Amino acid sequence: MTSDSSQPIAQDTPLPAAGSATGAKTAMRPAEVIHEHIIEIVSDSGEGAQRCGQSLASIAARSGMGIWTVEIIPAEIQPPPRSVAGASGNRVRMAAHKVTNVGDQADLVIAFNEQVLLSRLRAGEIKQGATILLEDMWKRDAHQPIADAYADVCAEIRAGGYRLIEVPMEAECQKYVPDPRKGKNMFVLGMLCSIYSLDEELAASQVKLTFIKKDRKIIDANLELMAAGRVWANDNLDMHYRIPAPPVEKPQVVTNGNAALALGVVASGMEVCAMYPITPATSASHYLSSIFEKVGCVVHQAEDEISAATFAIGASYAGKCAVTITSGPGLSLKQEAIGLAVMAEIPLVLIDVQRGGPSTGLPTKVEQSDLMAAIFGSHGDAPKVVMAVDSIEDCFYSVITARKIAETFNMVVMILSDAALSTAQQPFDRPVFSADWLAPPVNQSAVPPDAKPYDWDERTGIATRFIPGQPNGMHCLTGLAHDRNSRVAYDPKTNEEGLINRTRKLAALQKTLRLAPVFGDEEGDLLLIGWGSTRGAIEEAVTALRQEGHKVSSLHLKYLQPMASGIDEVMGRFKKVMTIENNWNDPLSDPLINSDNRRYSQLALLLRSRWLVDVDCWGKSHGQPLKPAQIKAAALAKLEQA
Amino acid sequence: MTATMSQCLMNMVQTDYGIGDYQSAIAPRWCSGCGDTAILTAMQKLCRDEQLAPEKTVCVSGIGCASRLPHYMNAYGFHGIHGRALPIAEGIKIRRPDLNVFVTTGDGDCCSIGAAHWLHAIRYNMNMTVLLHDNNVYGLTKKQASPTSPKGLKSNTTPYGAALNPLNPLTVTLGVANVSFVAQAVDWIPDLLYDILQKAYHHKGFSFIRILQRCPNFMDHHFDEAVRDPLKTRILTHADGLRLKPEISRIYKNQETHDPINMERALALAAMQEELPVGILYNNPSVPCYDELRAGERPSTPGLVETVLNEEFDKVGIWPQSQPTPQAGE
Ligand SMILES: Cc1ncc(C[n+]2csc(CCOP(=O)(O)OP(=O)(O)O)c2C)c(N)n1
Ligand code: SF4
Repeated sequence: MTSDSSQPIAQDTPLPAAGSATGAKTAMRPAEVIHEHIIEIVSDSGEGAQRCGQSLASIAARSGMGIWTVEIIPAEIQPPPRSVAGASGNRVRMAAHKVTNVGDQADLVIAFNEQVLLSRLRAGEIKQGATILLEDMWKRDAHQPIADAYADVCAEIRAGGYRLIEVPMEAECQKYVPDPRKGKNMFVLGMLCSIYSLDEELAASQVKLTFIKKDRKIIDANLELMAAGRVWANDNLDMHYRIPAPPVEKPQVVTNGNAALALGVVASGMEVCAMYPITPATSASHYLSSIFEKVGCVVHQAEDEISAATFAIGASYAGKCAVTITSGPGLSLKQEAIGLAVMAEIPLVLIDVQRGGPSTGLPTKVEQSDLMAAIFGSHGDAPKVVMAVDSIEDCFYSVITARKIAETFNMVVMILSDAALSTAQQPFDRPVFSADWLAPPVNQSAVPPDAKPYDWDERTGIATRFIPGQPNGMHCLTGLAHDRNSRVAYDPKTNEEGLINRTRKLAALQKTLRLAPVFGDEEGDLLLIGWGSTRGAIEEAVTALRQEGHKVSSLHLKYLQPMASGIDEVMGRFKKVMTIENNWNDPLSDPLINSDNRRYSQLALLLRSRWLVDVDCWGKSHGQPLKPAQIKAAALAKLEQA
Repeated sequence: MTATMSQCLMNMVQTDYGIGDYQSAIAPRWCSGCGDTAILTAMQKLCRDEQLAPEKTVCVSGIGCASRLPHYMNAYGFHGIHGRALPIAEGIKIRRPDLNVFVTTGDGDCCSIGAAHWLHAIRYNMNMTVLLHDNNVYGLTKKQASPTSPKGLKSNTTPYGAALNPLNPLTVTLGVANVSFVAQAVDWIPDLLYDILQKAYHHKGFSFIRILQRCPNFMDHHFDEAVRDPLKTRILTHADGLRLKPEISRIYKNQETHDPINMERALALAAMQEELPVGILYNNPSVPCYDELRAGERPSTPGLVETVLNEEFDKVGIWPQSQPTPQAGE
């Protein structure tokens, strides 16, 4: 909900002449107060727009603003330069309040060439009338087709009603450094600091932190470029905003979702992470690899996902719960091992950073479509806990909780994150370490005589695990049906006893879960139900709808298996219920689709089957995070439906 | 029974385990005459002779007749899923160097479904002993061709004879970087099987023994020629390797002194068609072990975890104006 004051300045604003600038070098205009802005910085990959965006976000966050950043990632590792597919960069949403999602469309875009800009325009990511700052060197390019392409796109942008400002970025940087291509991201950062009235000292200290490992000369050069960008913008641009943010009161940290997951692994006291590289999960293990050995632990890159899962199972069996991190296709490969962990009752934490599927699908894109695979994956009846993270902070704490549940119930606990959270950054209160987070030391005391390895408690289904090294506890664990002594059993009664106890653990856990409060009123016309990364966008849409007087609320589910009690009751208080999910559902607008053949979104299907209620669904599988405006529109359509 | 005694004296060094202490309450359910029985006996004898505490011993397996072995041992056992015994064992070993880890696997289990893990387990070179029960056939699923089945074998999946030449687990193992111990044994010379197992156990690193194992049920008479004619077996001896008992030496006259560090000769022996090499083909004690390479220098403690977390939080920290931020280093 961008404030009106940030709406575009009239289209007929005079455009800057090459190499020079918009306004005269007069005194700076006073800053216009706005409540939020979405800024995109896009370049060819390797030109540093990512770092520029991250630094901007960090400076904003340190000034007290709410931020949410998302990486703009090209699909290929080395896309051709100046190509539409090659857009690489960062989207930063900065606000005077806490931000929980990517927001809708960008208010201001800085592009290093016109082709990467096109990709954002075509994707509908830029607000009508938004301001676009474009590197202008291409119009002087010796190669005529490049100069022509530049001119064409500029014409297209102007015709589209955007405010285009051409900026001589490299030409300006040339005055300070020999290789302007490398430094212009800092020049751009300086420009942004001017546009958004960010504190000079704070910005400098952030740049120093960013380059903390580099030598003094590099830091100085970057500071100089940043200062130059600021001065240039002060002198030449007529845009000047201020986002009034309350100062930070408590120490905070800014991380992306995958880093938060990795930090959570360390904080949970798990000591082994076995993985096989897969996007978008890999960066969590990269980060974990860089810190895990410092606490005496190991990230093992296995030969494949099957090995990663079984390796983790072996490590868990021998003492402390281990974790394996993966994404879609890797989850599929791990399914047999998950069944083994369920059957043998080995605690295991499995993190699935979902991406677009099926198969290799959309590896770098957003989707929440592994819910069914997580709950029902593996063969036979394989009960496991499934929880979803809904914010960056939640990534951190969920791992700690997951490890505890896994070891308390000797179960597999799956954490579903997704590509939207993996690279998105958000500040949250700096966690204060607690020794309670950690796993207890490995128990090596003697097992009491006559204790049985699967002495299932009648009420909870839980049995105390014997760990190798414990005298008297010798037994052979097996994935075959077994009795309380872990002896292979083929008779239906014993098999059933195991099945009952393994499933009973879920019911026992369920008794301890509390449903999150309804967002909005407890009753009304429409309830939106979501899970995972869409929380922020759904709640923002609900807020907007309520401000317009609609009786809409939302409910966000953290535990998908088991589900907390009371969901049916909440649903019963609303006239209509609809899930909002980032996975496939058949649109009713398709003439082929009717109530007999419609495929529902995954959570909708679960809710419908469990409570026999009419839960509708809305969602998209377009590879992008759901946006508040889209959700709002879907909710309005549902409200209007007869 | 000594087992009960060991419970009472639990923190003291035990020196009195008998064979019975390694036998579980479950009677082996292999077919009579199955070579797996001899392998189990050799394992139990080794545990007794080495006085391995049962609670510190873990037998890991995949799926197949061979993989039932852990059920028959009084030790910790993990009967896993088809082909995946090795990664499970690696997971155990990575945090628990104090445990004696044995892996039992079949030729289908190891060389077919688990082939990727097998190659990488050699490469990782973790300190464990692997027994490949190679009966040249799938037993548990009732006679299908395995990767080591001889060409022409008639089985349920190859009724007109197996089309391909068999895979040679010895040459394959020897061909992987970081290989550190490779031996071949046969179930029908139990003394030698035992000696080889013992050498493997004492080797620090990944020790791999291929054991030719008779399956009277589905491969009846398959190894008869080798069983009947001692000259078909070439026994490898060396001062640094196996030293033969006189009674074995008398029967198996076809012997070769082979220095197990000699890879070239090991490969030639492994590839031999006419005779069966039995003994230690390769033994290189200097290959680094993954479990040692990956052991963290500082053991995980709550204090250490707190310190490292705070270091990381500092890097991405936002402080209230009143609090100083960490300064960029030079
Ligand atoms: C994923 C999977 N595929 C197939 C099977 C069926 N299966 C069980 S044992 C086995 C073959 C075992 O043969 P081998 O490893 O040679 O051992 P043996 O029984 O001969 O000792 C197969 C195919 C299985 N359990 N799991
Ligand atoms: S089928 Fe063969 S391998 Fe299996 S138990 Fe019988 S004899 Fe042994």
